[in-house]
Amino acid sequence: MRTERSTPPRSGPLAEARPHVEGTSPGATSAELPPTTGPTTGPTTGPSAPPPRRLPRGRRLQRWLGENPLGVVLSAPYVAFVVVVFLVPFGFGLWMSVHDFFFTAPGVAVPHPFVGAENFREVLSDPLVRQAFLNLLVYLVINIPLTLALGLALATALQAVVRGRTSFRVAYYIPYVTASVATLAVWIFAFSGNGVVNSLLGGLSPEPSWLANRSLIMPLIAVYVTWKNLGFFVLLLVAGLHNIPTERYEAASIDGANAWQRFRDVTLPGLRPVISLVVLLSIIITGQLFTEPYLLTGGGPDGASMTPALLMYQEGIQQGKPDVAAAVGVLLVLGVMVLALLSRRVTERES
Amino acid sequence: MPAVRFGLLLVGALAALAPFYYMVVGALQEQRDASPLGLLPRPGNLTLANFAEINASVDLLRSLLNSVVMTAGVVGCTLVFGLLVGYALAVLSFRGQGLVFALVLLVQAIPFQLLMVPLYVMVVRYFGLADTYTGMVLPFAINSVAVLIFRQYFVQIPRDVFDAARLDGAGELRILRSIAVPLVRPAVLTAMLVTFIGPWNEFLWPFLITKQPDMQPLAVSLANFSQTNGILLQNPVGAVLAGACVLAVPVVLLFVLFQRQFTSADLGSSVKG
Repeated sequence: MRTERSTPPRSGPLAEARPHVEGTSPGATSAELPPTTGPTTGPTTGPSAPPPRRLPRGRRLQRWLGENPLGVVLSAPYVAFVVVVFLVPFGFGLWMSVHDFFFTAPGVAVPHPFVGAENFREVLSDPLVRQAFLNLLVYLVINIPLTLALGLALATALQAVVRGRTSFRVAYYIPYVTASVATLAVWIFAFSGNGVVNSLLGGLSPEPSWLANRSLIMPLIAVYVTWKNLGFFVLLLVAGLHNIPTERYEAASIDGANAWQRFRDVTLPGLRPVISLVVLLSIIITGQLFTEPYLLTGGGPDGASMTPALLMYQEGIQQGKPDVAAAVGVLLVLGVMVLALLSRRVTERES
Repeated sequence: MPAVRFGLLLVGALAALAPFYYMVVGALQEQRDASPLGLLPRPGNLTLANFAEINASVDLLRSLLNSVVMTAGVVGCTLVFGLLVGYALAVLSFRGQGLVFALVLLVQAIPFQLLMVPLYVMVVRYFGLADTYTGMVLPFAINSVAVLIFRQYFVQIPRDVFDAARLDGAGELRILRSIAVPLVRPAVLTAMLVTFIGPWNEFLWPFLITKQPDMQPLAVSLANFSQTNGILLQNPVGAVLAGACVLAVPVVLLFVLFQRQFTSADLGSSVKG
């Protein structure tokens, strides 16, 4: 708490002296002056202002730093955090993807030569990588339409209902705030070969069972993630519904539009920015799929539920090829960016 | 029509909550019962033994303690440093302010997948922080969403309040502590809750950097347990579900108690940006 006195405070005398300094030295700007204190206190303390000469060095530094140099100090921990945890690893990851990088014993200095596109070539020629990206596409084709359909249905129903709105919202949101590790345990329990889902289905249960079935495992993961995140998206959509003016619905009713026409011609266009956001966030979540395949199947059967993030863990950390994993990461980020841009095109054009 | 609507909402709520119900029922089963009848708690098959089993297998208290320390570290750092930078962004004016604000937004756009491997190399190999709380907390230390919430609420305080305090001779840190923070108490609560969920539920990062069982948070030790050594127990699934209950209950309780704080600001910050 000492610092608040030792740093140049923007207290009375300093701030009040500004009008004089400002008038004579060309560098000062009036923008530094707080609008409320200036006019009221300026005149009374005018005589005590310093003589209009060159500013001492400390003051010039302070002026360069802005009105409240303390802001630099207060922001410093956050800026340092962002640099260490985001910016440096970001650059390091890009660097790693085009160099021959491998783990060494601590303290051993070895050269990491530039290899150009070598890591990318290795990644692209690996059928498992191709399958991991294809799996994400299968997942997306199920996850996004399901999220939008269920989300829109629940959000519009929630908007129209009068009683119990809060309870419903809480219920939908609970899966979103619960740890994946906890909820996935239930899904394993329910969907394992002799689980309750198969015993309910009886003769209709799939063969091989859900978690071991090549063509059912990605859809199952897509349904799980839809279930987990739906409450969050419902909240986004409800907030979007609030922003649609009721006059539009009234006007549509006067024109004789039925419920479906009102939904199609008023609700959907009014929700377009939020729908765009829902799709964008779903795509971003897709790129991060790790816990679900890791816990449900470990990426199997036979790579059918492998995802790029899980592959990065296996190759980069388990098999000690961080450079290859970094290349997968770069490709994944590029893919997510391309999909995000495409989705913006689609969601903003449709009408 | 209203009945259909209500029915739809009810089905949605049941679908959202059914796995939690099954989590509790499964955790209380003495013998694993995967038949449709097992969906109901049967008096003869109820036991608390699964909680004892999971406690014997993963040292529940130690794991919970690790989760608490990691979460408290993140919430604490976010509160201290997040309030400082939020105040600087909202109330002060200094060189580089625009850049700092741009960073807060940029951070939300950087994908974690790209950072995962390099961050692992840095934290484990270069900083030597494997199996430490510092290493666990570091990537989440200051929640940028919380910073945005703090800034948003500080901006709404009238400037006159700060100017009056300055005229009275209060330094900026004193203004922050005695005037600004008390005025935005709801924002502080919201930011704490939003920040809490992330590290408590986080699996991937602590999984990467903790190999010693006595340093693993509950999410990691539970996942490891369910992946490996469940076969020796009488009802391994029940033990995993018991652990899942322990992991889920604190967050669900906090959420139900404070759901108003969660939904309002969480949404405001993500919709309005």
